[in-house]
Amino acid sequence: MTTATVSTHDDHHDHGHPSGIKRWLFTTNHKDIGTMYMIFALIMFLVGGMMIMGVRAELFQPGMQLMKPEFFNQLIGVHALIMIFAALMPVATGMANWLIPMMIGAPDMALPRLNNWSFWLLPPAATLLVMPFILALFGVGTGAVATGWTLYAPLSVQGGMGVDFAIFSIHLLGISSILASINVVVTILNMRAPGMTMMKMPLFVWAWLITAFLLIATIPVLAGAVTMLLTDRHFDTHFFDAAGGGDPILFQHLFWFFGHPEVYILLLPIWGFMPHILSAFARKPIYGHKAQVYSFWAIGIMSVIVWAHHFFTVGMPIPALLYFMYSTMAISLPLAVLFFCWIATIWRGSMTFETPMLFALGFVILFGIGGLTGLVLADVAADAQYHHSYFVVAHFHYTLFAGGIMGAMAGVYFWLPKFTGHMYDEKLGKTHFWLTAISFNLTFIPQFFLGLAGMPRRIPDYALQFTEFNMISSLGAFALGLSQLLFVYIIIKCARGGEKASDRVWEGAKGLEFTLPSPPPYHSFTTQPVVK
Amino acid sequence: MNGEELRQANKRLALKLGAGAVVALAFGFALVPLYNVLCEATGLNGKTNAERARPAAVKVDKSRWVTVQFTGTVMPGLSWAFYPKVASMRVHPGEITRVSYYAKNPTNQTIVGQAVPSITPGQAAQHFVKLDCFCFKQQALEPGAEKEMGLTFIISPELSKEVGTVTLSYAFFPAVKGS
Ligand code: HEM
Ligand SMILES: [Cu+2]
Repeated sequence: MTTATVSTHDDHHDHGHPSGIKRWLFTTNHKDIGTMYMIFALIMFLVGGMMIMGVRAELFQPGMQLMKPEFFNQLIGVHALIMIFAALMPVATGMANWLIPMMIGAPDMALPRLNNWSFWLLPPAATLLVMPFILALFGVGTGAVATGWTLYAPLSVQGGMGVDFAIFSIHLLGISSILASINVVVTILNMRAPGMTMMKMPLFVWAWLITAFLLIATIPVLAGAVTMLLTDRHFDTHFFDAAGGGDPILFQHLFWFFGHPEVYILLLPIWGFMPHILSAFARKPIYGHKAQVYSFWAIGIMSVIVWAHHFFTVGMPIPALLYFMYSTMAISLPLAVLFFCWIATIWRGSMTFETPMLFALGFVILFGIGGLTGLVLADVAADAQYHHSYFVVAHFHYTLFAGGIMGAMAGVYFWLPKFTGHMYDEKLGKTHFWLTAISFNLTFIPQFFLGLAGMPRRIPDYALQFTEFNMISSLGAFALGLSQLLFVYIIIKCARGGEKASDRVWEGAKGLEFTLPSPPPYHSFTTQPVVK
Repeated sequence: MNGEELRQANKRLALKLGAGAVVALAFGFALVPLYNVLCEATGLNGKTNAERARPAAVKVDKSRWVTVQFTGTVMPGLSWAFYPKVASMRVHPGEITRVSYYAKNPTNQTIVGQAVPSITPGQAAQHFVKLDCFCFKQQALEPGAEKEMGLTFIISPELSKEVGTVTLSYAFFPAVKGS
C-alpha cells in the first residue's frame, strides 16, 4: 500500500490478507477483531437471554414447575456472568477496536498481535463457563456455578465443580480484558494523529481510556479473590473459611472492590457514545466536552472507594456505614453533570428521531431511573429493607439493560452504516426500539413493586400475593427476548446489503471516522490526518 | 516518530501497564493481611479474643443493663445438636457471668469440632471479654455423648452507651487439621 508512515503491524498484511477461516483466526486487523468481538457479544447476549427466559418461565407462577432449584440458581448465576463478561464488555471492546483508531486518526491498534489474543481468549472462557451444564447432561458433576455472579463464600467454597469452571473462566476473561485494556491505553497515548491533543480527543475515546485504567486496576483484584477461592476449595487454605481463622466477609470486600468499579467499566464506554449520537441528531455541538471528561475521571476515581454499599447489611460499624453511604451518594454528582450535558446538548436542537437517537434518548430516561433508584439503595436505612430484594434486580437492570445494552444498541445503530457501508432498515430499527423499550419496562417496573412488597431475589418460588406482578414481568421478558431476534435480523440484513451509506452517514455526524469512506479501508488511516 | 521507534515506545508502555496489573494483583493479596489488621484494631468483623483473657479488677456498673443474646449454628459436615441453654439474659457491665451451651453427638463415631465466635454489633467485639470459653480449644464428643460447655465472660464497662444489646453467635465447624 502507500507510504505507511505509522504502520506498526507486519508488512504481509498490507498485500492481500488471508481469506476464509485463517483471516479470522490470525487476524491482527482492528476492524476484523472488532467485528469478531461484536458477533461474539451478540451470540452470548442471546445465550444469556435464553437462560433467563427459563428463569422467567419458572417464575411465571408460584410453585415449582419446570426445574429444580439448583438448576434455577445455575441459570441465574451464569446468565449474569455471561451478560456482564461475555456480552456487555465484549461489545464495548468491539466498538473500541473499530472506533478508537478511526477516531484518533491511527492506522490500527498499537499492539495488533496482542489484540488477536485478547479476542481469542474469550470463546474458551465462555465455553468453560457453560461446559458444566453440558457435562451434567452426561452425568458428570452437578452443573454450572450456582452461587449467583457474586460467588460469595462460604457457598462458593462448598459448591460443586461448576465453581471451579467459573473460576478458570474468570481468569481467562480477566486476562483478555487486561490485554485489551493495555492495547487501548497504548493506542490512545501513542498513536494519535498530529494535532489530536488529549483534550481534543472524542469523548468515546476518553471514556475508554478511563475504562481501561479501571480494568487494569481492579480485574487483578478479582483474579486474586477467585484464586483464593480456588485454594480454599482445593489446597487447604482458609482465606474465607471461619473454621480455619478466615473470614467470609473478606470475600465480599475483595469482590466488590472490583465489582463496583466494574459497573462503571460497563457503562463508561456507553456514556462515551452518548454525546456523539445526541449531538449528531440534535445538529448541535457537544455541550460540556471538558466537563464530561472531568466527570469521567471523577466517577472513575470515586468508583474504587464506595464498594461496601453492596453489603451494608453484614453488620458494619455505624461510621463505616455512614462513610460508604455518603461516598456512594457523592458519585451521583458527577453523574448528574453528565446527564446535564446530555440534556443541554439536545436542548433546542433541531432533532430528528432515527433509531440511534431513539435508543440514546431511551437510554437517558431509563438510565436516569436506574441512577435514582440507586440513590434509594445507597440510603443505609432504606437498604436494610430493600437489600437482596427484587428492587435491587430492577435497579441494576435499569442501569445495565437500559443503560448498558440499550446504550450499546444506540452506538451500534449509529456506526453500523459506517462499518458495513449500508444503511440498516430504518423502519425495522424503530420497531425494534419501541418493542424493546416497552417490553423492558413491562418486565422491570413490576419488579420494583415486587421488591418494595418484600419479594427476595434469587428464589425460584414465591408467596401467592406476588403472582400477578410476576406474570406481567414474565410476559414482558418473553416479549423483550423475542424482540431481540429482530435486532439480529436487522444486523444481518444490513451486513448483507441495503441502501449505500454516505461517508458522513448522518447529516449531523462529526469526527474523523466520518471522513473515511463507508465502509472504511482495511487500514483506517495509513497517512495520519492532521487535526487542527 | 518512525515505525520502529513507535513500535519500541508501544512495547515499553505496554510493559509498564502490564507491571501495573501485576501490582494490582499483589495489592489484592495484600488486602488480606490489611483487612485482618484493620479488623483486629476495630473489631470490624465481630471477632473476639481467641485466647483466655486475664481477669482484671473492673468495677461493676450497676447503673446499666446490657442484653446479651446467644445463638449457636452447626455448620455443614458436623452432625451435632448444639444450642445455648439460655437464649438471652441481662447483665451489668463489669459483672462476671457464666453461661453454657449444650452439645450432643448423635452419630456412632467420635467427632471433633471447633466453635468460632462472632459478636454483633462489631464495635462490641473488643468489649466482650471471654475469661474462659469452650471455643478456646477443639471439642471432642464420643458417639452418643452429650456435654455442657461453659463460657465465662465480662462485658467491659467501656462498651459504648449506644449499645444496648450484644449478640454472641457460635458457628460450630468440623475441626480443621492444622488450625
Ligand atoms: C447513582 C448511581 C448508583 C447508585 C447510588 C447505586 C447504588 C447501588 C447500591 C447501594 C446497590 C446495593 C443494593 C443492595 O444489594 O442492597 C446497588 C446494586 C447494584 N448496582 Fe447500583 N448504583 C448506581 C448505579 C449503578 C450502575 C451505573 C450500575 C451498572 C452499570 C449498577 C449496577 C448495580 C448492580 C449490578 C447491582 C447488584 C449487585 C448484586 O448484588 O448482584 N448500579 N447499586
Ligand atoms: Cu456498587
